[in-house]
Amino acid sequence: MTPELLTDITIFVLSLLVGFEVISKVPATLHTPLMSAANSIHGIVLVGAMLIAVTADNALGYILAFVAAAFAAMNVVGGYLVTGRMLKMFRRARTPVTGGDPPAGVTGGPGAAGGHRPGGQA
Amino acid sequence: MSAFDWITQLLYIAAATCFVLGLHLMNSPASARRGNQVSTAGMVLAVATTLALVSHAGTISATGWIVMIAGALLGGGAGLYAARTVEMTAMPQLVSIFNAVGGGAAALVAINDYVKVAGGSLGVAESTTVATILDVLIGAVTFSGSIIAAGKLQGVINGAPVTFRGSRAANIAAAVVGVGGGIYMIATPSVTVLVIILLAALAFGVTMVLPIGGADMPVVISLLNAFTGTAVAMAGFVIGNWALIIAGALVGASGGILTKLMADAMNRSIRNIIVGGFGTGDSQAGAIEGPGGDVRSIAADDAAIQLAYASKVIIVPGYGLAAAQAQHQVAELAKLLEERGVEVSYAIHPVAGRMPGHMNVLLAEANVPYPQLKEMEEINPEFPRTDVALVIGANDVTNPAARRPGTAISGMPILDVDNAKSIIVIKRSMGHGYAGIDNELYVNPKTSMYFADAKTALTDLASAVKTLVG
Repeated sequence: MTPELLTDITIFVLSLLVGFEVISKVPATLHTPLMSAANSIHGIVLVGAMLIAVTADNALGYILAFVAAAFAAMNVVGGYLVTGRMLKMFRRARTPVTGGDPPAGVTGGPGAAGGHRPGGQA
Repeated sequence: MSAFDWITQLLYIAAATCFVLGLHLMNSPASARRGNQVSTAGMVLAVATTLALVSHAGTISATGWIVMIAGALLGGGAGLYAARTVEMTAMPQLVSIFNAVGGGAAALVAINDYVKVAGGSLGVAESTTVATILDVLIGAVTFSGSIIAAGKLQGVINGAPVTFRGSRAANIAAAVVGVGGGIYMIATPSVTVLVIILLAALAFGVTMVLPIGGADMPVVISLLNAFTGTAVAMAGFVIGNWALIIAGALVGASGGILTKLMADAMNRSIRNIIVGGFGTGDSQAGAIEGPGGDVRSIAADDAAIQLAYASKVIIVPGYGLAAAQAQHQVAELAKLLEERGVEVSYAIHPVAGRMPGHMNVLLAEANVPYPQLKEMEEINPEFPRTDVALVIGANDVTNPAARRPGTAISGMPILDVDNAKSIIVIKRSMGHGYAGIDNELYVNPKTSMYFADAKTALTDLASAVKTLVG
């Protein structure tokens, strides 16, 4: 066992523990955004996908680099945007309605347009 | 290490710190948005660092740049489109798709690395081989399993458990080939065997998820989320990148916790769900079979009067509400009641909806303030003080039979709806819930049944409440 591997395993185990500690405090109300946020975080694999391109020199390498980059970028961009869109809908009080009632069955909260900035990669 | 290496490594650690902080800020709805921004900043930092690393290495060809950027733009565009247009009811499918692409990308990273190293003259270190095998196995299972799960959620694939002759045998065979191939590969490095493992793992993912019923999806999605995280961490081992290891482990932990919570809330072991226990899938409005005892039914006008003259109402939304997409109608009714001075809150069971916390998102979308959304432990003591409990499309999670031993749901945590002074249940029929047993709540003398689709019922109730004066 190399020292590098030992370090990697140590980091892995400690990160798992940190994860358990931090995440067990998240209330059930936020479990869907939490899962979506966790989803965006595993988009970090984009880093790995980009590094494939560094050494790619044949068709197979390029195809792998392309598919991996596409998958991971979709994961990152989509994950962060949709988490932001969801969280924007959580509010402490009902949006004050002055004057008359809005027509019954009005749908589509302000979240529908999702005006959140993209992650800005690539 | 050169100064450049030092800086990039430190930046990766900074990015990982952002991820931990971001998750930490998710512990309250008030700070959660900032959490997502911190996490986003971490990701931008990690990607920018990698861009610097790639150009500093100087070995990347022009084709490499084009392939990388084109791939990222294509995927990013797809992600952007999906995130902007997805309906909140379809969130579970989207999360599944992100699991699939994340796991798939992780597997591809390891495959690429292994093909490179195996082609070289130095041989493959055992630790790299082991990490590669784990990455490919977990990543590929996640990829195919998540696609099947998304298909089931979207209704493209039959949501009920799908089994065919020999499906169990195929599942076991795939597992044996995957693990056996992995052990063989440690001793004898071979790209061919890696491809065989990849195919076996893909087949395993399909045969694992197909027999699982739609109602178990909250557990399956959580589990696949944990798998994706683990696969990404393994990719980190393969390419020696700490950011991937840390981020992957965080996601693995989060998925693991949610899987456990969901399984507990459904009173089932994770093994039982994966092996396919009594999974009958989504409850269907089927034959009307009355449990022993009299069932009282109620019409919109009477139900509206009960609700409108109550001082405290608890709404118990369940799967039926999500399936009928009636979250806006329920919010509208609640608003009308509140305007009349009725105190309204929502009792959310952990498995309400199709993924962990899904019901909260649906109600938030319908403009329900989150302080009104109460978790099970918080709301249960309030039922005895409640005039009317309005149960909408929730079944097993309200069944008092869970408190007795010897039933299919014994021991399952439930909402103590039967403690309320009166109960109105909106349901399409007397059909069984997921557990396939009679709900004793429905024959409780305090209970009135309102037989209708959730959306229609809530619309009718709201208009009936509006006609009441004073």
